[in-house]
Formats: sequence, C-alpha cells, structure tokens
Amino acid sequence: MDFTFTEDQTAILEAVKEFCEEDLAPKAQETDEAGVWPAENVKKLAELDLMGIPVPEEYGGLGMDFLTWSAVGEELSCSCTTTGAVYGAHVLAVVPIMMFGSDEQKQKYLKPLATGEKIGAFGLTEPGAGSDAAAVATKAELDGDHYVLNGSKIFISNGGEAELYVIITTTDPSRGARGMTAFIVEKGTPGFEFGKDEKKMAFPSLPNRELVFTDCRVPKENLLGRERGGFLVAMRTLGVGRIGMATGAVGVARAALEAAVPYTHQREQFGQPISNFQAIQFMVADMATEVDCARLLTWRAAWLKDQNKPFEKEAAMAKLYASEVAMRTTTKAVQIFGGYGYTREFPVERYMREAKLFEIVEGTSEVQRMVIANHVLRELNK
Amino acid sequence: MNIVVCIKQVPETTEVRVDPETNALIREGVASIINPVDENAIEAALQLREGHGGTVTVITMGPPQAEEALRQALAMGADEAILLSDPASRGSDTLATSYSLAEMVRKIGEVDLILCGKQAIDGDTGQVGPGLAERLGIPQVTFAIELSVEDGKLRAKRVLDDFFEVLEVKLPAVVTVVKQANDPRHPGMRNVLKAKRAEITTWTLADLEADPKQSGFDGSPTQVIRVWPPEKRGGGKKIEGTSEEVAEELAQAIKEMDIAAG
Repeated sequence: MDFTFTEDQTAILEAVKEFCEEDLAPKAQETDEAGVWPAENVKKLAELDLMGIPVPEEYGGLGMDFLTWSAVGEELSCSCTTTGAVYGAHVLAVVPIMMFGSDEQKQKYLKPLATGEKIGAFGLTEPGAGSDAAAVATKAELDGDHYVLNGSKIFISNGGEAELYVIITTTDPSRGARGMTAFIVEKGTPGFEFGKDEKKMAFPSLPNRELVFTDCRVPKENLLGRERGGFLVAMRTLGVGRIGMATGAVGVARAALEAAVPYTHQREQFGQPISNFQAIQFMVADMATEVDCARLLTWRAAWLKDQNKPFEKEAAMAKLYASEVAMRTTTKAVQIFGGYGYTREFPVERYMREAKLFEIVEGTSEVQRMVIANHVLRELNK
Repeated sequence: MNIVVCIKQVPETTEVRVDPETNALIREGVASIINPVDENAIEAALQLREGHGGTVTVITMGPPQAEEALRQALAMGADEAILLSDPASRGSDTLATSYSLAEMVRKIGEVDLILCGKQAIDGDTGQVGPGLAERLGIPQVTFAIELSVEDGKLRAKRVLDDFFEVLEVKLPAVVTVVKQANDPRHPGMRNVLKAKRAEITTWTLADLEADPKQSGFDGSPTQVIRVWPPEKRGGGKKIEGTSEEVAEELAQAIKEMDIAAG
C-alpha cells in the first residue's frame, strides 16, 4: 500500500490546481449560466495537454495513467463542473479507440483526440436502450465497402460539439448483445445529423443531444474492434466511464464541502458561528468522511485499471457510492446554508442539481447495484 | 531572435516575516514563486518567439533552490535556463545584481533582447532592469505594456502615470514589462514533465570570469540597516442600522475622538 503520488503526478496536479484556481473556478458560475458550450475552457484543456492524459505518447497523449486522469478530473470538476463533464465525456471516445482501435485508426482518430485538437463523444443510449444497453436498435448494414447506419441516439454528452463519435450499433438484431458493432463516425458525414438538445435539471452548458443517422455511409475501415464485438467495446468503455463519473461526483461533492465549511465559520446565529454547533459539525464530519471514501474507491478502481487487473466491480462500486455521496453531500451543503442555500446567490443549489446527474448517467445506481451483486454473488458462492 | 529573460524567485506570501536579529527575511515555511511580473516578461518573450522564431533563455541569480523558479519558466515554454549560484553573490544589492546579470548576458553571447519584470515584490526597487541596460551600454525601455519587433528595431508602448509613450529602440535592448502587458500562460503538462527532467545550467562567478568584488556584499554599496513589517492596522468598526441610526452613531463616535480639540 502506498498512498503517495509520484513526483510526476504531483507536478501535474500542482499545475492543474493552479489553472483551476485561476482560470476555471472564478468563472464557473458564468460558465454554467451561459448555457453555451464552454469553448474557451475546452481549448485550454487542449493547450494544457489534459485531453489525452492516459494515451501513450506515440499517439499524442501524455503517457500517464488513469489514476492521474482521475485526480486531474476531480480538480476540474471541483472548480468547474461543466468543464469536468466535458473532460469525462471526451474520454468515452478516447478509451474505446485506445483499447480496440487498429494502428491506422489510432493514428487517424486517437491522435487528434489525445491532443484535444478534436473533441470526442460516445453514442450508446437510445430511447429504447437505457439500462438495457443490449437493446440498441441503430442498425448498421454492410453495403460494398461501407456500412449504412440508420437510427438515433439520445442524451449524448458533447453531442453536436464533438468532431468524433464512437457509435454502438447492431449489425445483427437477432443476436442481441452479440450482434452489436462499434463504429467511429466523423461529424459531417452525410446522413449524420444532430437533433434535440435536451433541457435538463442542471448542466445547461453541456450539450446532451440526439444523434440522427439516416442512410449514413460509414467506411468499413471505421469499424472499431470486431464485427459483433460492439457489446464488449461498450462495456469496456463504460467501465472506465464509471471511474470518470465517480470522479466527477467526487469533484462536485468536494466543491459543496469546500463551499459549506467557510460559511459555517462566517454565519452567526444565537450569537456565535454555526460551526460551534454539533448539528453542523456532525454534518461536516459526515460530508468529509464520505467524500474521502468516495475518492479512495475511485482511485482504487483507476489503479486497478492501470495495473491491468479486473476493475469492473470496483468501478461500479466507486460510481455507485460517489454519486450517492455527491447527492448527500450537496444536499447537506444546501441545508447548512439554509435559506441562502436555496437561492442562486450561492453555488450549492447548483451543486445539488448537478449531483443528481451522477446517480443516473452511465448506468443508474440500480444498474451499478446489479453489476456489483452479480460479482459478489458469484465470488462468494463457495 | 534570441531573448534573455531575467527572473527572480521571491517568497509567495504577502505577510513577510523578518528575523529581528539579522534583519533578513524568514524564508522557512514560505513557498517560493517566480516574481509575478517576471511571468509577464516570460510570456512576452514566448509571444515574440512565436512571431519571430529564435530562443528564450531564462536566467536568475540566487541560491540553488532558485532552480525551481527556472523549472517553472521552462514549463511555460522557455528553451533554456541558467542559474548563477555562488555564495559570494549573497547580499547583492541592485548594483551588484545588475553586474552579475550583465556578466551572464555577456557569457551567453548573441542576445537580441533582454526582458525583465518591472520590479520584484520583495525588494520593490525596479532598478535591476535599468541597471542591467547601463552595465551593458544598450538602450532601455521601462514599464512596457506592448512590444513588437520589426527590422531589428523594437517598438514599445510604456505606461506612465498620466500617459502612454511609444518608443522605438535599436536592438539589443533591455525592456521591463508591466503586469498589464499580457496574461501569462499556464504550462502544458508535457512541458511540466519535460521541465522536471531538464538540465539546468549552473554557473559560478568564476565561470563568468567576473570580479567577485563587484558581487555580493562587497559589490553592494546599499546596506540594509533594518527591515520590519508595517504595524498591523486595527480592525475598523462597522456601523449598521437605518440611515438615522448610522448618522447618529457616527456623529457620536467623531465627537468622542475629540478631533476638533486635538
């Protein structure tokens, strides 16, 4: 056991913290309220080499690990949840190409994603395929040296703004999960259009758009992994994606804690700061403990991934726990702020609305519990 | 274009503590940073390099740990970093510092432009840049907010108290830069990692064939007799209430001060 970061990781985190404090945090409220894609922040992430942290250097990345990627993501999410969400969604295109792409695909698509020259997105969810991911109905049919895509995806993070999409389709609907196939689709491909951008409870500046494919011809060489191997691509991607969502959840939970504590010292009632009251102290203690637990679970999952060890169960645990901690912690922060916490004068009401996303996105809490239970029921059945 | 940027490592805190015995700054437990406006000088240099090509060399004089400031400059994108670290340089005032820096610039050789921050947040003299120009016998432009180079000439806009001034000078020249000149970039992570592993050239006065008598305490006619932090101001009092109540209480407070009589 060793809980220290390497010198390289420390240097990166210090530089990222400075960037977060000086550039992201002061404008976070503005970034949220603008309701538009945070182009400037995304450009800075690219300039700071943050868009391809776990990607090998030969493909334009930093050649670091997923633990570093997660620790950086927490800083981004803590100081600007929207920017953190873009970073978390981007990796969902990076990971499948990194894991399943041919060398040509990596040269052509992973490089620009890793340098941040292009932004990525991942399209799995459909109106009829949410928790039941194998129910994907977007069809891909071979026609000469192209596949023809028809169907639509919904809620796609970074949708419309991203240039590169990893799309999960079915090439053999009769075979369910075993008929699914992944493709890399470029924005601008004829027949690929963007539909509705959802109005949501939070994250108005993060696009969650519909992707519509109408006789969209995708070159055969853009098939990612094996034909009918798409379910594996999706599951592997979501495995890392869950670490990403856990990371974002820890970030927003920490933001709520860091907003609440100074307020408890500053706010006076009954002639003294409310930090003197045990009712407040106990809330702060629970918040701090849970945020730490959530972070440790998240980092363990990332570490396992970096060690090439199985991490599916641990990623599901991290995602489940961190997202529920985010909900509890942000709710407590609003409670500590009292009436002010319910107003938009303070960011905590926004954190509370944002936290809810993490219990739903990339596998609801219920799906995480299913995944965890499947593992535990099998592992301990001796 | 070959640009040299002179930087200084300074204590981060604004709450400077002074050892009453030695009158020296207490540096323990205080983080060190690049003097903030020196970052603007580095940024200006990087921007000129982006437009004109060439190299950016960052130099500093200080104890071995000043290397950290140079690494930060390398992370921002400087090509090379040189540290002058010599025990005999301790206690250098601005005259001695400008001497040592000038000797460094001479040893570097072909230099087209030397950039400095306007002044350091610890000493606050603003003399090293101008002193350096005098030592080298080349033109100087202080307090520059805009810089451009064309046909071997530098055009700079200076910020003065009530007006701007645009000057044109022949290169090589020394320019000191103000905070408003630009927004220093955050380093990219690739450079952060590279800077960590980079070789920092370290020179001594002997490497410069410099006169030790002109450096350190010996070369410094300025002597610090005493340094002390300003007395802390007592907290003010906030009067709250309706306008009438506030006015009433304020009037009473002024009466109690007995200003008219005093």
